[in-house]
Amino acid sequence: MNIIEVKNLTKQFNGLTAVDHVSFEVKKGEIFGFLGPNGAGKSTTINMLSTILPVTDGEAFIGNFSILSQRDDVRKSIGLVFQDPSLDDRLTAEENLRFHAKLYGVPSNEFQKRKQEVLELVDLWDRRGDIVKNFSGGMKRRLEIARGLLHYPAVLFLDEPTIGLDPQTRAHLWDYILRLKREKEMTIFMTTHYMNEAEYCDHIAIIDHGKIVASGTPRELKKQVGGDIISMTSNQKAELKNELEKRYKKAVKEKDGFLQMEVEDGEKFLPRLFNELTAKIDSIELRRPTLDDVFLSLTGRAIREEETSDKEHMRQHMRMRRRT
Amino acid sequence: MQFIQTIYTIWQREIIRYWRDKTRIISTLFMPLMFLVIFGAGLSKTLATGNFGVDFVQFMYPGIIAMSVMSVAFFSTISTVWDREFGFLKEILVAPVSRVAVAFGKTLGATTIASIQALILLILAPFIGVTIHVAVILPLVTFMLLLAFAISGMGLLISSLMKTTESFGLVMQVLIFPMFFISGAFFPLTAVPSWMLALSYVNPLTYGVDAMRQIILGNQVASNILNGLSLHAISVDALFLVVFSAVMVSAAVFAFNKRA
Repeated sequence: MNIIEVKNLTKQFNGLTAVDHVSFEVKKGEIFGFLGPNGAGKSTTINMLSTILPVTDGEAFIGNFSILSQRDDVRKSIGLVFQDPSLDDRLTAEENLRFHAKLYGVPSNEFQKRKQEVLELVDLWDRRGDIVKNFSGGMKRRLEIARGLLHYPAVLFLDEPTIGLDPQTRAHLWDYILRLKREKEMTIFMTTHYMNEAEYCDHIAIIDHGKIVASGTPRELKKQVGGDIISMTSNQKAELKNELEKRYKKAVKEKDGFLQMEVEDGEKFLPRLFNELTAKIDSIELRRPTLDDVFLSLTGRAIREEETSDKEHMRQHMRMRRRT
Repeated sequence: MQFIQTIYTIWQREIIRYWRDKTRIISTLFMPLMFLVIFGAGLSKTLATGNFGVDFVQFMYPGIIAMSVMSVAFFSTISTVWDREFGFLKEILVAPVSRVAVAFGKTLGATTIASIQALILLILAPFIGVTIHVAVILPLVTFMLLLAFAISGMGLLISSLMKTTESFGLVMQVLIFPMFFISGAFFPLTAVPSWMLALSYVNPLTYGVDAMRQIILGNQVASNILNGLSLHAISVDALFLVVFSAVMVSAAVFAFNKRA
């Protein structure tokens, strides 16, 4: 069952097209990743889907509610965690949650129950009475996720949830996100420009310059780029090359002193290679294509190559300051 | 029902934030008291030689209340700009609630905080030599609330038009002193140049000061002296403040909707 359906969604700012006829579907209970470099149109899409930003053209449905004509119903069915922090840091964790519950019409006896449930989910139950100002960046993010779940949304939107966090906190946050999917069967729509994080997603759409350039499971996308690459060194290079070509009927390239060969399912191929080969190998390396490779092959540039403008630097700086 | 709950929730947050900020409570009280004690002590002797007919501290007291109501109300509505800068406004704007309720909650929050300050000044009145009859407390408090609401609405309108705290602060600086000086707080507006009188007619502070002065002095000085100090009938003052508030809050809701 599709919980999000997007058809030709378009947004123009003063004639500049930020999102260009984007269409996709998200199934219930999956993690859907929206990937792309900064400025590709990810946040603009989220803002349109969450009805904060007026739509130029196209239509979208969230849980059968139209984002154009049923704004309040859509707002009740989604939980949002914004890219930039959006907590009141003079209030306690619990007060932030209560504020949210009241605006979303959660009855107060129900709130008492849910508050414990969501805070325990993100391991913040013991800190519920603390002022948010004293929280670390990772704790604030977790609290925002807990807040986004409080009104039992059908879909949780996470806009760059791990930006500005250190690698350890980032990994922890992913534990919580995967736990949400597992324990709550929550549908999660997230944007990211970290390709390695996209590996956790069930489905991915890659967006560049406002257009979706590819979509599918991470595995499918990586298959598009090609198979796994095995690189070998040997002091009997000529014999090895000869044997590989004969035995497996594959093209073997020589690059920087390595022999390289492209195979499918490299993990299963390696043991076979060791059993069958008579020529000697000194070292061997298996490299599987990453989503970075996918992006590179689709757009001709690496995802993090693009220069950040002064404004972006400033934003990052502000973000760091607020998160710490 | 959700409408009322939204107003209450927004209001409650403003109060909690205010209560946690003790420096803000103390500093906003210090300024009006300083005005009253220093100016009052300094000027009353000078003016005693003239033919004023009223004790100067007594005369200035409504103006001091109006000033503290104004500065506190303005300062409280800065929270909207603050929320925008620190991202919390998004949390409010994406919620399935009416923007009108949000604007009302914000305005009432600032109104409450400003009124609390005014009430503290009212309680302190006997200690600084201001005589207030028990009978006039109710109408006096009514006008404090009215004035606080009008100024809060105005503050909310300005803050919903501003992007940064700096620009809000600048606009406030530019507004506060002229509004204060042309409100009749320091000197009666009955003998000023016509341009100043014209400006005072669009200044909400004028109406607040005018009404509160008549209420406080009503049973203390002769009516011919009081008439010489007043501009409008109390009912006209009340009407102006109500209409002014309505216009400001509606404009703020409009600006809120458009900018968000």
